[in-house]
Amino acid sequence: MTDDTDDAAAGWFAGLEAVDTEAASRAIREATAVEPAEWPRIAVETGFVGSEAEYYDLLHEVTIHSTRQEARAREQADDKQLLHAVRAMDDVTRTANELAERLSEWAGTLFDDAETGIKGARALAEREPSTPVEARVISLAERVDGLTAEADDLQAFIERQAPEIAPNLSEMAGAVLAARLIALAGGLEQLAKKPSGTVQVLGAEDALFAHLAGRGGSPKHGIIYTHEHVSGTRPEDRGSASRAFAGKLSIAARIDHYSGELKPEIHDELDERMSTIRARAEADSNEEPNQ
Amino acid sequence: MTDLPDGVDRRSFDGKQRLATRGQPVYGEPTDGEWRLWDAGRSKLGAMFETGMEIPDESVDSVLYLGAASGTTVSHVADFAGPTYAVEFAPRPVRDLIAVAEDRPNLFPLLKDARKPTTYGHIVERDIDLLVQDVATRGQARVAVDNAVFLADDGLLCLAVKARSEDVTANPEAVFEQVRSELADAYKIVDSQRLEPFHDDHLGIIARKR
Repeated sequence: MTDDTDDAAAGWFAGLEAVDTEAASRAIREATAVEPAEWPRIAVETGFVGSEAEYYDLLHEVTIHSTRQEARAREQADDKQLLHAVRAMDDVTRTANELAERLSEWAGTLFDDAETGIKGARALAEREPSTPVEARVISLAERVDGLTAEADDLQAFIERQAPEIAPNLSEMAGAVLAARLIALAGGLEQLAKKPSGTVQVLGAEDALFAHLAGRGGSPKHGIIYTHEHVSGTRPEDRGSASRAFAGKLSIAARIDHYSGELKPEIHDELDERMSTIRARAEADSNEEPNQ
Repeated sequence: MTDLPDGVDRRSFDGKQRLATRGQPVYGEPTDGEWRLWDAGRSKLGAMFETGMEIPDESVDSVLYLGAASGTTVSHVADFAGPTYAVEFAPRPVRDLIAVAEDRPNLFPLLKDARKPTTYGHIVERDIDLLVQDVATRGQARVAVDNAVFLADDGLLCLAVKARSEDVTANPEAVFEQVRSELADAYKIVDSQRLEPFHDDHLGIIARKR
């Protein structure tokens, strides 16, 4: 960008050999030009290619190669961003709650009508301080309010991003749970490579290791408990429900990682399986109406 | 019936006259011989043609397409045009776009941000005949103005404006008015129409570079 005449003259093929696809791909990705030019004509005139037809053939090959490489790299990076976002959302929420507790203890000594929790912090933040100590309390309340807003923004970001990165997983589990599963596994690829039994207990590592050490039963579910499919099923059927759910979730993660296409069939299959499991409870309550 | 660019035609599908182009099918669309249906409900450019906007019937050679997404519409454009540069910023749909481009030697997929034309100024040639823009980002008029640098004098712009991308809360007509006035920096508007019933809260704009 130091010399305008250079910029004007430099197409993606400047200084390249026509056979060097890797270098050309790099130039497609990284170079810039302030103004376009008649690149096909220039490529022929400078002897880079023999004809414009040859130029377009080469451009086709190089753009496909370069764009495929970059898309793959960017997608792999995107699931890591999601992982950070969901962890940040949890940290921000936890911190906001802790500070809100401290705040309600402190505010209770100053204001008779101080409410507790995040809602209390929001109300406090609206007040006008009349003493230096009130100024500190109200300022702290503003921070809590700000953190809560940040948590909401992070959640909105996750809800926007997760379906882009993992369409099937997000469709099945909801964006936030999808992001949590990706975060717990350490990435979409890692999640795709886990057996469904592991997906089933992701987030219940403490219980799992206690069980493996001989203390306690095996955990039936980890973080997937937060989903209706599991928590909304009666306790005696939760094992089946979480097994079925985790099974389809791992298939969803694999499709998302290896193909990325939204596949409606697997969602229908899961819905069918869940209604079969739910039907057991109904059948039981019909048989034994007094229980 | 209004004019259509060379290579785009109306053919009969299930007894109805629908848009079609000639090329390899890409998403399971119905075909009639070598013609394949161009579904206006899935394509804003298709909807602009279908709603009877004033499309000049000149033949189109080079095209710059901003916001190509997974390549549904740009596949039809590449069927009737010459060199077609397809810019898309989200990596996920670009995977599909590449698959569409593989069968079309005149289609060049680029993973670039349409808000930063200098990042593809070294690839896209100048004096482009047609600029198509369908980007769901804030500042859609700005993007069209900044990319006018690629257009030939008198080159054509087909712009689909999504009101909700500018401001979810604003009245769409207010957003469209704002876009029209910002466009005037670089373009002279030939026609503009809402794309209902095919696409809600979208405005189609046909304009020529000043």
